[in-house]
Amino acid sequence: MAKAWNPREKLAERMDQLHGSQLMRAIFRPGSIFRRGYADSPRNRAYVVMNSLLYHLHPVKVKRHGIKLSYTLCLGGLSFFLFILLTITGIYLMFFYRPSVEAVYGDMQRLHTQVSFGLLVRNLHRWGAHLMTISVFLHMARVFYTGAYKPPREFNWVVGVILLLLTLLLAFTGYLLPWDQLAVWAVTVGTEMMKNSPVIGDQVQFALLGGPVIGPETLLRWYTLHVLLLPFVIVIFISIHFWRVRKDGGISGPM
Amino acid sequence: MPTPDEIFEQVLAEETAKGSSPAVAQARAKAARVRAERGAKDPTKASGETSPPPASNPTSKGGAAPAAEAQAPAPAAEAKPAAAAKPAAKPATGAPPKRAAAAGVGPAVPERVQRLLAVVKPEAIQKVERQPMDRVNVWPHLMAAEFVSLIVVMLMLTVFSMAVDAPLRELANFNTTPNPSKAPWYFLGLQELLRYFHPQVAGVSIPTVIIIGLMAAPFIDRNPSTRPDDRKLAIVIFSFFMFSFAVLTILGMFFRGPGFNFVYPWDGGYLFFEL
Repeated sequence: MAKAWNPREKLAERMDQLHGSQLMRAIFRPGSIFRRGYADSPRNRAYVVMNSLLYHLHPVKVKRHGIKLSYTLCLGGLSFFLFILLTITGIYLMFFYRPSVEAVYGDMQRLHTQVSFGLLVRNLHRWGAHLMTISVFLHMARVFYTGAYKPPREFNWVVGVILLLLTLLLAFTGYLLPWDQLAVWAVTVGTEMMKNSPVIGDQVQFALLGGPVIGPETLLRWYTLHVLLLPFVIVIFISIHFWRVRKDGGISGPM
Repeated sequence: MPTPDEIFEQVLAEETAKGSSPAVAQARAKAARVRAERGAKDPTKASGETSPPPASNPTSKGGAAPAAEAQAPAPAAEAKPAAAAKPAAKPATGAPPKRAAAAGVGPAVPERVQRLLAVVKPEAIQKVERQPMDRVNVWPHLMAAEFVSLIVVMLMLTVFSMAVDAPLRELANFNTTPNPSKAPWYFLGLQELLRYFHPQVAGVSIPTVIIIGLMAAPFIDRNPSTRPDDRKLAIVIFSFFMFSFAVLTILGMFFRGPGFNFVYPWDGGYLFFEL
């Protein structure tokens, strides 16, 4: 007797064909769940990590205590995740933003009222930035309290302090961009402090503001710093930071 | 003189007759053929490299164990009697006659020339395995945890973003200074310090010292222990700075009213702080 028509079985068969096709095998490396024959085996568990561009930041195995939530609180990983979120939302905001004093405030208002999801994306960017500042700061505290900065990880701690500074600079340069009363005067207060640098105080302030006071040049300058230079630099330091975590022996030992 | 192929056949036949397994017989026959080929091509070199007769090596076949620790020439010399055992037992086979003659001693001297490439200490071989450590696969254990925490944070952030809008005040106006005008919250600790110190101290010296001090922390703290009990001083110092910074920031956020003067948040209405 002919087999009854079973759509579920048919679908499974088709999916199997798709997963076994040359195209899928060419795109996905062994260990991917998109290839035929993924089964839960130690070999495939290793392949999942090794054969993926993103996941291979991780080692195949970690010490058991390293996955305890109470040890790391995921703070480093969350900081990185928030950085990616900020990059994505930031790119979206850049579509609707012109860094010139004449246009900027109108663009902000249009972002709130006319752009699809404009306000939500801006909120995500703003609150995400505050959260990233906090999580980077707490990450530093966690690393200190677990003694994870000790040899052989001293240099990675130094890189981490640089990353904290870059995070603060990114947050601060972004603070000016809405060009409202809150932004401009907060930045005025912040840059007034730098004027007090010994000997080169005025020059430092001039370089930062593009003039003796905040003006159109400051906006363009901080915009460029915020969307281009500082992200570029921080990505380099993030790469060094992650690479050194692996090279210095993975996650630090238990207390 | 037999050709190498003849030697191969001969050794193969002998080994088969002796009852060796086919694989062993073939391997020995091949080895004999290779030796014969080498001897035919470069007889002078072969004779030059021929080692002294086994008589000079009183340590017999049992001497393999100390070989690893021995001085350079020893392993080569000691390996020879063992290798010699088989050809000596059946003199007509293995070595080609020419080379046997060149060696100039009665029973066939093994033709295999051995050089010392490296001395491998026994423990180096035994300690190949890593120290046993409790390790788990990143997939799925760590990555599942990361994924869940990522989703949780993303959800909380989205809900918060839908509920609370980012501030956007009126257009920047350089003629009206808001009172009080405050820095972003992460710099409010420094702004608070400005109330107590000269701007050069609060705005430049203290931040510089904090940054350099943080970077130098692993080089100042030479205590290798990571147990909290062993590093009370480090924890106390770090906690003191963290606590001070938090207090200064909270003071700056909630307790500073017009003119950056001290107010209680419930008096001045500054309980909510613009972020």
